[in-house]
Amino acid sequence: MAIEVRIPTILRSYTDGAKAVNAKGATLEELIGDLESRHPGLKDRLVDDSGLRRFVNVYLNDEDVRFLGGLGTPVADGDTVTVLPAVAGGAR
Amino acid sequence: MLTIPRELVDKIVAHARADHPDEACGILAGPAGSDRPERFVPMENAERSPTFYRFDSMEQFRVWREMDDRDEVPVVIYHSHTATEAYPSRTDITLASEPDAHYVLVSTASEEETSFRSYRIVDGVVTEEEVKIVESYG
Repeated sequence: MAIEVRIPTILRSYTDGAKAVNAKGATLEELIGDLESRHPGLKDRLVDDSGLRRFVNVYLNDEDVRFLGGLGTPVADGDTVTVLPAVAGGAR
Repeated sequence: MLTIPRELVDKIVAHARADHPDEACGILAGPAGSDRPERFVPMENAERSPTFYRFDSMEQFRVWREMDDRDEVPVVIYHSHTATEAYPSRTDITLASEPDAHYVLVSTASEEETSFRSYRIVDGVVTEEEVKIVESYG
């Protein structure tokens, strides 16, 4: 068992085109560290010094992790983590 | 080039007019690989702002999962500018995250006329494209 991480089109250059990859960890932060060890560069696209990047949405199963515990959110085998770039912009 | 049925153009323009002066946003879903917009999905602008838009994160999750289930992709991502022209702003370019999508901008700055333009935005490079409006796909 592992945790499935679903990767959006724009980040698949880091996963050799794979739509989903497996990773492990007890928290989202550990999971992202594990991802980085096999897909270097990915971490920087997800987090910055202050935590999750503002325009990246990360979901644990059906919930936005911002409403859970952010990077400290516990994760477990069998969970699915989905990454979606926020769709945003505007005239400003 | 973006080929799009008139009915979908009219729905986007109506959404933009209804939400004016706030920016309106949404997508047109279509079968993966078809490059053919078919399904109108207006989205909530979580920012409710005249100068910014952002899809509500939970609504985006549901809509993206539904597209996955139906083997669809966001063929078009649209939003309105309500006081400026229908051209991608620096913010639009920085945040563009769907390299395969047609980015449609409509401007409701003029009361008489709504401009409707389409772009590709890949790696920070904007390319305007022709919009071909069809009555149906035939």
